[in-house]
Amino acid sequence: MGLLSDPNRRRALISMLTRLNAPICMLCYCAGVCWFMGLAFEPFTLRTYMSENAMGSTMVEERFPAGERALATAREFAAHKKKVGGMPVDWLVKTMQARGLEVFTQSFSRVLPFPDENKERYIVKGTNVYGILRAPRAPRTEALVLSAPCSPGDNNNQAVGLLLGLAHYFRNQIYWAKDIIFLVNEHDLIGMQAWLEGYHHTNTTGMKWTPLQGRGGSIQAALSLELSSDVITSLDIVLEGLNGQLPNLDLANLFYAFCQKIGVLCTIQGRLQRNDWDSVSGYSHAVQTMMLMVMKQASGRPWGDHGLFLRYHIEAATISGINSFRQYKTDLTTTGRLVEGMYRKLNNLLERLHQSYFFYLMPSLTHFVSIGYYMPAFGLLAVILLLRALDLWVQLVAPPARTEDGIAEIEQQSSPGVRSVLTPLIISHLTGAALYLMPVHFQEMAVEHFPVSETEAVVLTAIAVYTAGLALPHNTHRLVSGEGTEQGWRVLKLVAVLYLAVLLGCTALINFSLGFILALTMVPVAAFVTPDVPKVLSAIVFVILSPACTLLFSVFLFQELQDMPVSLQDGWMLYISVISQGILDHYLFGSLVYPLIALMVYPCWLLFWNILFWK
Amino acid sequence: MKLFHLFSFFAAYLVADSSDVENSVGQFFSSGHTNNWAVLVCTSRFWFNYRHVANTLSVYRSVKRLGIPDSHIVLMLADDMACNHRNPKPATVFSHKNMELNVYGDDVEVDYRGYEVTVENFLRVLTGRLPLSTPRSKRLLSDDRSNILIYLTGHGGNGFLKFQDSEEISNVELADAFEQMWQKRRYNELLFIIDTCQGASMYERFYSPNIMALASSQVGEDSLSHQPDLAIGVHLMDRYTFYLLEFLEDIHPASKANMNDLFKVCPKSQCVSTPGHRTDLFLRDPGSVLITDFFGSVRKVEITTEAINLTDPIQQQEESSVSEDANKEMYSYVDQLPVSEIIHQKPKQKDWHPPDGFILGLWTLILLVFFKTYGIKHLKHIF
Repeated sequence: MGLLSDPNRRRALISMLTRLNAPICMLCYCAGVCWFMGLAFEPFTLRTYMSENAMGSTMVEERFPAGERALATAREFAAHKKKVGGMPVDWLVKTMQARGLEVFTQSFSRVLPFPDENKERYIVKGTNVYGILRAPRAPRTEALVLSAPCSPGDNNNQAVGLLLGLAHYFRNQIYWAKDIIFLVNEHDLIGMQAWLEGYHHTNTTGMKWTPLQGRGGSIQAALSLELSSDVITSLDIVLEGLNGQLPNLDLANLFYAFCQKIGVLCTIQGRLQRNDWDSVSGYSHAVQTMMLMVMKQASGRPWGDHGLFLRYHIEAATISGINSFRQYKTDLTTTGRLVEGMYRKLNNLLERLHQSYFFYLMPSLTHFVSIGYYMPAFGLLAVILLLRALDLWVQLVAPPARTEDGIAEIEQQSSPGVRSVLTPLIISHLTGAALYLMPVHFQEMAVEHFPVSETEAVVLTAIAVYTAGLALPHNTHRLVSGEGTEQGWRVLKLVAVLYLAVLLGCTALINFSLGFILALTMVPVAAFVTPDVPKVLSAIVFVILSPACTLLFSVFLFQELQDMPVSLQDGWMLYISVISQGILDHYLFGSLVYPLIALMVYPCWLLFWNILFWK
Repeated sequence: MKLFHLFSFFAAYLVADSSDVENSVGQFFSSGHTNNWAVLVCTSRFWFNYRHVANTLSVYRSVKRLGIPDSHIVLMLADDMACNHRNPKPATVFSHKNMELNVYGDDVEVDYRGYEVTVENFLRVLTGRLPLSTPRSKRLLSDDRSNILIYLTGHGGNGFLKFQDSEEISNVELADAFEQMWQKRRYNELLFIIDTCQGASMYERFYSPNIMALASSQVGEDSLSHQPDLAIGVHLMDRYTFYLLEFLEDIHPASKANMNDLFKVCPKSQCVSTPGHRTDLFLRDPGSVLITDFFGSVRKVEITTEAINLTDPIQQQEESSVSEDANKEMYSYVDQLPVSEIIHQKPKQKDWHPPDGFILGLWTLILLVFFKTYGIKHLKHIF
């Protein structure tokens, strides 16, 4: 007979499953964490390599000569920006036209749901200026984008200067097979979102913008420049985009290949690569770089202007110049040559970048871990949930022989089954909906009654709703008639565990970092909660492992990893601003982290909280 | 007396001369080929395969320079590099870096271009099975006195050549096409040159007579490209064809260089891969075959004031009888796919062990029998 259909063998398997469940779960958890930490160990990673044949090697001759002129343009731009007090639209239009581009502008406006305290804006009105360099001989079917943000103050002037210098140089060449669009966007991400929505004729975030008068073809790749100094010591590439999406690895490979060729120092996450992978400090350096990438990806926000392109399947990255205390400085001409080389190679593309990986983690710029290698870490954590679900199923089908009333209790168990599960589910999700809707919609009421600003009101309302959810179990029990039964909490836990497994699985597929971090904290909670554990201690552990506290710890860890540790007071202010940015990202760009946590993860956690207080 | 001697001497000389003319007439009509054709094919498209087009155009240039006219050349180019949007020097295709040699020039006649370069069209050109509406320039109108040069370049592998990223021609197909050409008397002698990765695999299966083949690399080796040009941004030529072109630049229509010199082109030190050649199907000795027999179109012209009687076929019959015998030998069918040889080639194991399962089973059996007979209590005596 087969393994599962033979009743004797089945009983043996089931008894083994029940006996060894807890040890296997612990083992899987440790294995998952170890696997994840091992990903940064260099022998387990692969060296990056160029996968796209059309881009081949760095075999082009870069001849960009006009770094000094770009600096002069940057200074002019800065002067005009100060004079106008914003974006010097007329000057930009005139300058781009003088360089032979087809220039167009787009104006946009947006009222934020609540004021953004980090960037100090509430009602945003702006103009994007872009010039199109038409390919001399090609049909206008494909395009490349080079963008620089127009930032307030003294930031990113040199980026705009370099952009205009490159535009002048590119216009004199005849080998362009794609149109090149030079874009200067105002109000960084908001302007970029307006431009992209106008270009692709979509309107997903409720922004108001004028339609674009001029268009290139379908955009194949985009680069965003961020340069705030005349000379730089290193170039940093930023890959993480909206919702944790990453561009094709070939773009990072291209950047690294040209850095090698031209001899510029290149970094990722702002950290230089080290060669001593076998020493402890070398390994911890790689782990820290990878953790930075994981945390940036998990936050779901675009970490550069490029982040919004990824949604339209346009491979994009941001290159930012860093000027630190090193002796060897790179001037603007060399940076221009690097960008020119990258664009000549992108020009050779025949299709969109698709040969290399879309899902990867990078412990350094030359090594990467692909999805096939990092997914098992999450899989091991998900297996814990499945084992627990199997265990519960076994317990439900063959109830433990602890009957007090004998037959009567067995009869009783069937009827409150559905109701005792459905009620906590509905109430938890209603709380989640409240957490999603109330902060933004009731901010005026909160501001009326409490002496706080709107942003603080929103965040504090969110925290209040979150904490109020903790009082729920007592309310649920008032609705359900009588105390919860033995059977009831098992059914609820089975449903909750499966729900969590599906939720985390789907999240990990799209945004592995978010799924993994949530799994790290929620899986132990989900696996070991029963009404029988000591209540006070486990309540404290629960709250520490809840999504909100995970976020708090992540904020402190993130600051620590960037070598900028914060005190408790500053950390708390940072935490508040992170929550407000998360909510804003959702309303402005469609980031999914906030609705995911509010509408799905938090209710799931509340279900487990319910189980804890079942009796 | 002296006059008589002079006269007899003169008469003898005349007689000798006339018989000499007869001899040379015989030789004139017994030479191998009377016309030359060339089929030059580039099978890959896309900008980064610039070098394949440059390869083909270099050979085209050499072949034209040595005398084969456009009407006798079938040139197939799968993509247009000269007018590609990415070409910084439009209307040119360079074969040397620093742009020394423009092989596109202003006198290029491409017969099959772009998507017309397919396996089907190539085979139809070779075998002559073209639709009636095909223009003359697209036909290979060779006869049994034609020497044909076939040059293929592109991306290839072990036993196949890739056409345009969508289909392949296998070495068996090619061999069969040549056999069809032989049976339809479409060639006198054939020179087959291929410059791809693992090119030698493409001539392994030839079985028709009078074919000489050269390849740029052996099976398992890659043919490498020669030099990148940074201004254009691509590799300009493949190594083998680059050195072939250099070699051919020294050949002029009256050159007496022979095939042995061609086999020496691009040794391993220059080419990195090992070029190969195959001459077992060829009747003549390669040392006696001139380069211009295939690459040029040399017309034999002998001026004579004598009147020659052509009613007697002089030496031609002897020669043709000899060649007929040789032909008759070649009529036997060669096994195209030596399946039996392949099947019987089992790899021999160096040291023979009995299979593992057998040993395990044997010991298990021995142990079982032992314990069944003597009981388990004897276990402690063993361990």
